Amino acid sequence: MTTLPTQTQKKLGLVIDLDTCVGCHACVVSCKGWNTENYGAPLSDKDAYGAEPMGTFLNRVHAFEVKPEVGPAQTVHFPKSCLHCEDAPCVTVCPTGASYKRVEDGIVLVNESDCIGCGLCAWSCPYGARELDQVEGVMKKCTLCVDRIYNENLPEIDREPSCVRTCPANARHFGDFADPDSNVSRLTAERGGMDLMAEMGTKPVNKYLPPRPKDEMGEIDILAPLLAPVAADPKGFLGWLDKALEKL
Amino acid sequence: MHPAPSVIVFTVFSGLGFGLLAFLGLGIPNVGPWASFAFFFIAFACAVGGLLASTFHLGHPERAIKAFSQWRSSWLSREGCLAVAALLVMGLYAFLVIFFDTRIGLLGYIGAALSIATIYATSMIYAQLKTVPRWNTALTPVYFLVLSIGGGALLAGQVHLAGLMLALAGAVQVITWMKGDTRFEERGHTLETATGLGFMGKVRLFEGPHTSANYLMKEMVHVVGRKHSQKLRVIALVFMSLVPSIILLALPAGHFLALVAVVSHIAGTIASRWLFFAEAEHAVGLYYDKR
Ligand code: SF4
Ligand code: SF4
Repeated sequence: MTTLPTQTQKKLGLVIDLDTCVGCHACVVSCKGWNTENYGAPLSDKDAYGAEPMGTFLNRVHAFEVKPEVGPAQTVHFPKSCLHCEDAPCVTVCPTGASYKRVEDGIVLVNESDCIGCGLCAWSCPYGARELDQVEGVMKKCTLCVDRIYNENLPEIDREPSCVRTCPANARHFGDFADPDSNVSRLTAERGGMDLMAEMGTKPVNKYLPPRPKDEMGEIDILAPLLAPVAADPKGFLGWLDKALEKL
Repeated sequence: MHPAPSVIVFTVFSGLGFGLLAFLGLGIPNVGPWASFAFFFIAFACAVGGLLASTFHLGHPERAIKAFSQWRSSWLSREGCLAVAALLVMGLYAFLVIFFDTRIGLLGYIGAALSIATIYATSMIYAQLKTVPRWNTALTPVYFLVLSIGGGALLAGQVHLAGLMLALAGAVQVITWMKGDTRFEERGHTLETATGLGFMGKVRLFEGPHTSANYLMKEMVHVVGRKHSQKLRVIALVFMSLVPSIILLALPAGHFLALVAVVSHIAGTIASRWLFFAEAEHAVGLYYDKR
């Protein structure tokens, strides 16, 4: 049924730390790899080595420049994938029931054998988190690696989403937002985790941690006394020169 | 949004077809079985043809039957159910009129109501999308309904009503453009809210996530088509509304002129619908520094 559950037992999701993300795209590659080899239709590429390559990805990394009122601009690398919204418009618009939000953990999934590939769910998502696979004709989106996190065949350390496991900067964290003591809930509280496009009313589960303020370079004052500025009111030859030049 | 030909054909012709069916269900025009056959044929051809066109943009049209299941939550599903119900009821009604020369008034009224409801459901598929502020307004269903009723009246040969409705459609169209042009800004979606980084300063895209286009950009960040939008607006308004309403209201009635009015109206409506999609800006464009 494509009505949304009023409440989910868990709220699994990601915290993405914009302070530590270095924009290496490792999460993009590992996501593509895992989700091509495992659950559901593979993520296709068309014209991969040609002039206009186009492929399906569930996670993409943008890079933004933020220019404050004063001071230099700052680059912020910005990974973006499904935010597993609590009020997910992509679920309610689906005509077939293929899109659904799980009651047990809040993960938003697509049942690919029911999907007719109408694309309406992708239209309803503000974040560009859904892509229609051009070869399979079904909607693809982040599954939060539902085939890893509960997979008892994997070593315990690997039972988290592929992107989180891969990130060399530790910029991605996985956990249960319904538990106030979880790693993700604490990170969100401590670092002021924020919603993307909150005014859309989608109530995203995933949270983004803003970049920390940059360090200020303090004044270096060991040599300062030796470098006292030239007298503001010069005397002698300099004084004469100053006055002479002024008169010109 | 990408102005896909299949979706333009679908909305224009199913709108006309269901508009005409609504009139036929009300017993307008009241003609004999043979003339009725011609009217019903045109109405069903438009409505069914439009619906078939809509399946061309599906990834898996063979599973279309599943789309009837989620009418509780999905406007697209409701549209499918209502369309089939309208076609079945009107099919039975037409069968009795054509072959038995029998009009069951109640059946026709139900069919007419279902036809109008179908048009409303179609419009709500677009109007429900918060991600496309230009569409996300009560004006969208008004625009679809006025056009369908006007077009239906035109095809049903209701000269005066059609003339007035099409003039009204022109007015509604102008209002939707005027309001639509500022809607995105009014909603306050910016790259700053999209990234949450507004508190730090002005945000701009430094480097895109990929070097060539992807599905999102092709489908939702369609900016190429807007270059000629002002000219197209004039063309749409003149052919969709002005020419047919002048012909219907000011000139003497005749079969040839009626045909001109119909052709003009359809051409203008296609231009209008092309703009409906091409000018609609999706919020995801913000992440790509394009709308
Ligand atoms: S991010 Fe998009 S696809 Fe994911 S749940 Fe929210 S609206 Fe749906
Ligand atoms: S593309 Fe598939 S999952 Fe998305 S709304 Fe259509 S049927 Fe549902």
